[in-house]
Amino acid sequence: MQIAVDLVSWLFLSMGMFLGLTGAYGILKFPDFYTRVHAASISDTLCTACFVIGLALQSGFNLVTAKLFMILILLWLTGPAASHALVRAANTAGLKPVTEKKD
Amino acid sequence: MLLCEQQTPRGLNQLPRKKTEMELAVNITLLLMLCATVFAVVKLQSLFAIVMLFGIYSLLSAMIFVALDAVDVAFTEAAVGAGISTVLMLATLVTTGRWKKKPERSGLLPLFVVTITGAALVWGTLDMPEYGNPANPAHHHVADRYIAESPTEIGIPNMVTSVLASYRGFDTLGEVIVVFTALVGVLSLLQVRRPRTFARKQDNRPDTHRRRPYPVLQVVALIMMPFIIVFALYVQFHGDFGPGGGFQAGVIFAVAFILYTLTYGLDDSLALTPLPALKILAAGGVIIYGGTGVVSMLLGGNFLDYNVLAANPVSGQHIGIIVIELGVGITVASVLITVFYAFVTRAERNRAGEKQVDLPNKAD
Repeated sequence: MQIAVDLVSWLFLSMGMFLGLTGAYGILKFPDFYTRVHAASISDTLCTACFVIGLALQSGFNLVTAKLFMILILLWLTGPAASHALVRAANTAGLKPVTEKKD
Repeated sequence: MLLCEQQTPRGLNQLPRKKTEMELAVNITLLLMLCATVFAVVKLQSLFAIVMLFGIYSLLSAMIFVALDAVDVAFTEAAVGAGISTVLMLATLVTTGRWKKKPERSGLLPLFVVTITGAALVWGTLDMPEYGNPANPAHHHVADRYIAESPTEIGIPNMVTSVLASYRGFDTLGEVIVVFTALVGVLSLLQVRRPRTFARKQDNRPDTHRRRPYPVLQVVALIMMPFIIVFALYVQFHGDFGPGGGFQAGVIFAVAFILYTLTYGLDDSLALTPLPALKILAAGGVIIYGGTGVVSMLLGGNFLDYNVLAANPVSGQHIGIIVIELGVGITVASVLITVFYAFVTRAERNRAGEKQVDLPNKAD
């Protein structure tokens, strides 16, 4: 039983790590601001969710789990709002997305 | 995050916790990240990026303080350094522009001076007692007495609060007055006014000054605000038991209203927290603190001697600490909110001025 829980937990944790790394790679590699925010917001939401679920499985069912999920709710509320604010500010400032492929 | 166990006094007979390899690795990583941040700050030209890096620098320092078991200091650094300072510097950037000016003279002489000073400082540290040695004089000047007597004399679990609010009550009163003086300084330079008044003076288009509604951000801010305020109150009144106290709570409380200002605009925010009330509260917090001292004098003790506040000296200390922490929290919160309003007023006024110049170009 413990092994099964550990296995699932590590599955979520490695999934979170993978998503975090792809998010970081996207921030560096994507062509313009909007796509980069898109990459970063993946780490904000799905990556943190994977981490929290993985850690919750590690901690078992206790107060720590409740706190972890409260942190997750906070991050789910603020992360996308922050991305939204960034994109909206860029749009208001007149930043145009790159629509054509550079040679 | 709030570990009360860490606050329990460690007796001198106990050996200090052994530094593990892991802790060393964490410390080295954090210090390297600090260095990288500093180099980025020096190299970058965009002031906006530099301000964000300063926020990261404060957050890293807060993590180092946590590693050093100084949770209260870490809390303050995270709230003040990474939170409020960043917001205030961003508000300043709105008025000053966001690009660094090219330096007119070469940087060689400053570099020389900085190198010499830095080398002298490093040389000076060689004379200092060994880092982290429990026998250092700094740990035995008055700390021994505080650690030995605080549990019986004051009787609150968080010794940092008992030192800050009771043993060092005079120093903290001075700090609160410094915060209040900062407000007086800012208000004598910048005024707080509703942006509406500028717009009316500028032109007769009634809606140009209004912020465009930000539905998503406004809803999120409204959901967050109660939680931020509840957390601020928790930090305020839990300061006796865990990390926290008036300074941190005041900052967190101010953040709730700064968030409101950022999403709803200064007009609505000033309607929510009127400026005269803020001024009265800022002074009122100082009066609560100083008044506690006066009351203790009237009851026959020394200034800020809480022992006389109740029949039992220990409960007198509890009452005194709660009351003066409340004064600190009220002053810090209202000062920070008002300073932020003053900065935003300036930015809005500049914007209202710019609008008039800019609009003909934007029309075509």
